Amino acid sequence: MDTRYLFKRHNTWWIKVAVPRTLRDKLGYDLRESLKTHDLTSAQEKRWKIVDKFRQKIEEAKLKKVPNKEEKAKHVENYMPPTNTTDPQYYHKIVDCQYACPAHTPVPEYIRQISQGNYTDAYMINWESNVFPGILGRTCDRPCEPACRRNRTHEKPVAICRLKRVTYDFKGDISQRLPEVPKKKNGKRIALIGAGPASLTVARDLLVLGYECILFEKDPQGGGLMRTNIPSFRLPVEVLDEEVNLVLNMGVEARFNTEVKSMKELLKEDFDAIFVGTGAPKGKDLQIEGREEADKNIFIGIDWLTSIAFEHTTSVGKKVVVIGGGNTAMDCCRSSLRLGAEDVKVTVRSPFDQMKASEWEKEEAMDEGIPIHENHVPKRFVMNNGKLAGVEFEKVEAVFDDNGKRSLVPTGEEPVIFECDDVLMAIGQDNAFHWIERDIGIEFGEWDMPIIDRVTFQSTHPKVFFGGDAAWGPENIIWAAAHGHQAAISIDKFCQQKDLFERPEPGANLVSQKMGIHEWSYDNDVSQAKRFIVPHADQSISLKDLKVEVELGFDEQLALEEAQRCLNCDVQTVFSEDLCIECDACVDICPTDCINFIQNDEEEELRANLRIPALNLDQDILVSENLPTQRVMVKDEDVCLHCGLCAERCPTGAWDMQTYLYEEAKVYNQT
Amino acid sequence: MTYIKKPLNHHPNLEINELGLTRRDYEGQVSSLCAGCGHDSISAAIIEACFQLSLSSHQIAKLSGIGCSSKAPAYFLNQSHGFNSVHGRMPSIGTGANLANHELLYLGISGDGDSASIGIGQFVHAARRQLNMTYIIENNGTYGLTKGQFSATNDKESKSKYGEENLFPSIDLASLAIQLGAGFVARSFSGDKEQLVPLIKAAFKQKGFALLDILSPCVTFNNHNTSTKSFDYIREHNEALSRTDFVPLGKEIKVDYQPGSEIEISLHDGSRLRLEKTSSGYDPRNRKMAVNAIQDSIEKGNVLTGLLYINEDSNDLKEILNLTDTPLNKLSEKELCPGSESLKKINESLR
Repeated sequence: MDTRYLFKRHNTWWIKVAVPRTLRDKLGYDLRESLKTHDLTSAQEKRWKIVDKFRQKIEEAKLKKVPNKEEKAKHVENYMPPTNTTDPQYYHKIVDCQYACPAHTPVPEYIRQISQGNYTDAYMINWESNVFPGILGRTCDRPCEPACRRNRTHEKPVAICRLKRVTYDFKGDISQRLPEVPKKKNGKRIALIGAGPASLTVARDLLVLGYECILFEKDPQGGGLMRTNIPSFRLPVEVLDEEVNLVLNMGVEARFNTEVKSMKELLKEDFDAIFVGTGAPKGKDLQIEGREEADKNIFIGIDWLTSIAFEHTTSVGKKVVVIGGGNTAMDCCRSSLRLGAEDVKVTVRSPFDQMKASEWEKEEAMDEGIPIHENHVPKRFVMNNGKLAGVEFEKVEAVFDDNGKRSLVPTGEEPVIFECDDVLMAIGQDNAFHWIERDIGIEFGEWDMPIIDRVTFQSTHPKVFFGGDAAWGPENIIWAAAHGHQAAISIDKFCQQKDLFERPEPGANLVSQKMGIHEWSYDNDVSQAKRFIVPHADQSISLKDLKVEVELGFDEQLALEEAQRCLNCDVQTVFSEDLCIECDACVDICPTDCINFIQNDEEEELRANLRIPALNLDQDILVSENLPTQRVMVKDEDVCLHCGLCAERCPTGAWDMQTYLYEEAKVYNQT
Repeated sequence: MTYIKKPLNHHPNLEINELGLTRRDYEGQVSSLCAGCGHDSISAAIIEACFQLSLSSHQIAKLSGIGCSSKAPAYFLNQSHGFNSVHGRMPSIGTGANLANHELLYLGISGDGDSASIGIGQFVHAARRQLNMTYIIENNGTYGLTKGQFSATNDKESKSKYGEENLFPSIDLASLAIQLGAGFVARSFSGDKEQLVPLIKAAFKQKGFALLDILSPCVTFNNHNTSTKSFDYIREHNEALSRTDFVPLGKEIKVDYQPGSEIEISLHDGSRLRLEKTSSGYDPRNRKMAVNAIQDSIEKGNVLTGLLYINEDSNDLKEILNLTDTPLNKLSEKELCPGSESLKKINESLR
């Protein structure tokens, strides 16, 4: 996905061009303009004209600007300083997938383990970072994949998420590899409310340090939304049970079927800290004409999915209308099919490409023959003889104002009525904090959400921490895991009476991959294979049974080939000035023209002066110390393939390929 | 030697020339020369020059002899013609090819061993006959392929990597070529592409013999402290005559030189070379001045680089021999063999 200069705001693509530092007082920090489209392809088409216009504007401003003496004299001081590669974030940022992952899972590291057949090692790398590799490998929202370098160098990203699943599917026995939980406890008791991914992560991290974790869950089993909201054709119960139980069996004192009804009461109990991981469990409702009369046949999506998960619901009407365009809507429509519905429709207010559901979820629903009706706003429930007969929709179109703000304007066409027996409402989720009294020191802010510190996850009541969807509204599982790790660190610091804002440093380690003159311990040949598609179960079977998993996952051969597509972005090109003889060999061999030996300058100019200008400002440039010829080496990190040819053609070893292992600090391995 | 093929991926914003090709389209195999070899930089400069001139690969013939330098044509212009000849015999092949088809651009790649030792007899006659080719000498002063013996261009004061003294004076191929009447003689350094690329482009446009003597450090055998052909020595002693800009036909490049500080030289096809003078009064059109300047710099232990000599009115072997404009390989039997009647007439005229 080529999104250079593009960003999304209110579902609309905008252009943003950075303004050089010297012109910011005149032009502002950047120049931006709405492309008035939600479609990426047409945004890409419109892009360059506007980028050129902005560039010209910047050029004109440069000409107008008369440099005064002081500014000229300052010039040399404004030259790019040598890049500080000892900052752990520099090389981390180059590993695009890991940097984009909220839990900072070392993706290339586990993918290499997969290609070597070390599935168990690969699984443990994941488990350490994100706690639920088997679950996430099937359900993750994959923020890593749009970030993947392959989007910039080839076409499609590595199937990172499905490779994560591979680590689960082919792993061996892990019981010996789990961290040891001390028998002797440290005397601190932590209450965890809600048995979803956030709480389970907190529990796992804290148990290792000897904390006692007491988990409260209103449902009879753990897993939270992973169990109640994700249907088993996407996430088999066995996978869920295995990974949830892995944590529970580490010694969590789980109190199922126990709903915490009053925070005030809980605070009176003997807990050293309380973690709230209750998610966003309240499905939104729609109050339109006929809502009350038709109540018997209208179901709130997430509640309905929950009752399926616990097998309270086993059937649905023949004709079903799903209202909403998120992933819950997709799960609802596909579940309906499996419960015997014959005619299932999804209706969504917005245009198709602005739906909240992930691309792949929409594709799978449509693959199963479910139509998605875009631009349909529900107006009333149509009754017949006191029974729900259909839903009436108004047809709209999306119109954008100059700020790119969208409004849905009726087209004036005749309203449409879709006949149905049941309606499933999947139009969003809210938090539900009715059980937290407002006079106990937990302050609430906008939208009745608790005020939580972004770094420490602490609420205004020092003992109470929040994480997962409960903290800032619906996100996804990987965020919950990331929150859990951080909250665990905070809870530990709080219980040990340390400063919560002193966050532990990440682990960062560079190791040379050189094995011989031109041999590396990683496979540096760049695979030109296209992204491999995950095989699916035969629909004649999968559509009949709620429990048959649709995706079959990669087999070992496909996994190996997909793993080979990884560019090993964590194998860093490390440059040592004192060894360089400026022979240009690296410049000549680099397939993507990343390397330059040029006169230093201010960042803006330096980026523009490279052999191929470094226009992607999201990606850093590596600048060396001054070299003997008074030039500097500048490497644009943007499309480096990490093929190691620079290091292979370097006669002095000034370039070396070194694996960078960045490990986000956990509460139990703080340095 | 590198084991993987250079990935085909290139930068999404890589420049495209008039033929719709990128620089990558002019590449060859991945080099098997030592890592850091100056020859690879020269290959890259040739690629850049061909790309910038939008040359078609199929209109170029790469000729070479034997040696590290002569392996180099495998590493650029994958789709050009080529002939890897016997040691030192590349000029003969060039002469034959040139006579058979003068429409190709002939690019000879040779080294100091290939041209100054075993092939010097061939080299001098190619220059003397104004053979229409660009003759690049990748000059590293050593026999790299046979483990670092002194070559004939190694300076007398330069010691070998192992401390051995060089007993013989060096041959200066640039002076030799000027004396023999070559129309274009330049010297450059593999580590300075800014100077090298315009010179290669100009040499391609020269009618007749164009010699480029390019110092190309041998990282393995001749890049030590006591070498006069090391990266460090050449950088320290580089005496550049001028900054050279190549102005293609029909294009205008505005350069902010002080008035009077530049010389403009017309090339055969109408394109021009603009030289920014850095040495006072040097005019590369003056042969005597060129020879003197080279001698001066040798005495100072310097390396004089840039365009040393150019003859704007040079001619080439085809013109000297008054050959047909149609290349010989395109003439049919009818044109080549006018028939017995014609022969009779010629014989009559000679009675």
